[in-house]
Amino acid sequence: MIEEIITSGRMNPEIDPLLHIWGWEISLYLYIGGLVAGILFFSALLVLLNKEDKFTFSVKMLPLSAPVLLGIGLLALFLDLSHKLYFWRLYTIIRLNSPMSWGAWTLMAIFPLSVLWCCIWLKDNFTTFKWPYTWLDALFETGKKYRKLIAWMLVGLSLILGMYTGILLSAFNARPFWNTSILGPLFLVSGLSTGAAAIILFSKNRQERRLFSKVDMALIGVELFFIIHLFMGFLAGVRVHIQAAELFLGGPYTAPFWIFVVSLGLILPALLEFLELKQFKIPHVIPAVMVLFGGLLLRIIVVSAGQASRWLY
Amino acid sequence: MRYAMAIDTKKCVGCSDCVVACQLENDVPEGYCRDWIVEITTGTYPDLQTEIRSERCNHCANAPCVRCCPTGASHFEDGGIVLVQPNECIGCKACIAACPYDARYVHPDGYVDKCTFCLHRVKKGQQPACVAVCPTKCLYFGDIDDPRSKISLLLKKRKWKTLIPEAGTDPKIYYLI
Repeated sequence: MIEEIITSGRMNPEIDPLLHIWGWEISLYLYIGGLVAGILFFSALLVLLNKEDKFTFSVKMLPLSAPVLLGIGLLALFLDLSHKLYFWRLYTIIRLNSPMSWGAWTLMAIFPLSVLWCCIWLKDNFTTFKWPYTWLDALFETGKKYRKLIAWMLVGLSLILGMYTGILLSAFNARPFWNTSILGPLFLVSGLSTGAAAIILFSKNRQERRLFSKVDMALIGVELFFIIHLFMGFLAGVRVHIQAAELFLGGPYTAPFWIFVVSLGLILPALLEFLELKQFKIPHVIPAVMVLFGGLLLRIIVVSAGQASRWLY
Repeated sequence: MRYAMAIDTKKCVGCSDCVVACQLENDVPEGYCRDWIVEITTGTYPDLQTEIRSERCNHCANAPCVRCCPTGASHFEDGGIVLVQPNECIGCKACIAACPYDARYVHPDGYVDKCTFCLHRVKKGQQPACVAVCPTKCLYFGDIDDPRSKISLLLKKRKWKTLIPEAGTDPKIYYLI
């Protein structure tokens, strides 16, 4: 057997022996990005389908959480920066080659739009609520008149937001586990699925919960399909891709990924949602919490595993 | 003009003089390095082969760090040198994730730092610090666009390789083998 011993004199902090530049902040942000994308996507889509009075929780109430969640996500991103006082440099340039630049500008567009979306529905949500100034009232009434136009923009932006959280990682050729184009669609579907789970978790309307149980089951099906393709692609790839897949097929990520993400975060909740639709008495909270937890763990594991996979030379 | 470096693995003894010279010249913070020595032994005893390399940023022509930088802090200077502008860097670390050679690190002051090919010396007509101090003279720095430069002639005469060319980065550090 030919053996190879590599000795390196480099020992830079956070780089050696294993890359560890991104921790919980990035995982949490990617998770929140996906979740918010899901929440806003379904809200806007139902408006476009003229269902805003039928499914009031997902259209009008849940989006109130979007700006708050985005705020938490942006705070996490900010905490991750190591040269914090220069963060405004992001907004001095548009760099089409950089997914991070895309993300920064998407957030710049979707954040104010989500605030506007919340304000439009405030009077519907809280009947006694009144805007302190008449011009504010007039502004948001006008906004409501153009809600379909705003909904179209939200659908587009939320899809970009959900997709970019995955593309951000898949653009790194240097980290073989991230470097697969299926990561974008996978994170988008996972984000939509967590958005549906949030609706199931908090909605008081049984019909709404049943609809989103079905939607969530379909999304979980697609997600499982993508995960299988992710590994098929790696195993049919070059040596570094095979090694990246082996991190999950016998390597250190095997148990957390297949038990907690795939089994407890996808397959079991889909099964519970199915049984609930078949009139079994299962609290709707359980599958919803499992999906939300599985989504977070997926981000944590993918962010960590990518940094553990590398080219050897 | 295209700056590049050639490193003669047959002459390098792995003394780390280049590492120390770089740290002193560029005021590299303690515990960090911009260049480093790698020793690779392959084969089965007693048929062993050892290669010693002085490694650093490859100043790639298709640099993934420049591509992914959201602010343009990572950029190409004249001659293809890849540099970081500290007051444009937000410390997002995307470039560190993008580098297959792991040549970058976060400076304790917050911005991302790396080998500059000693641009401040090159501008004065001097050699990069690592090249200048090498006791075995195994490092060559120069312009590969000039067919009469020493490095161009060496690359024509000797066999060479680059590191992970399959990563598509088009690296500009050549290892003479």
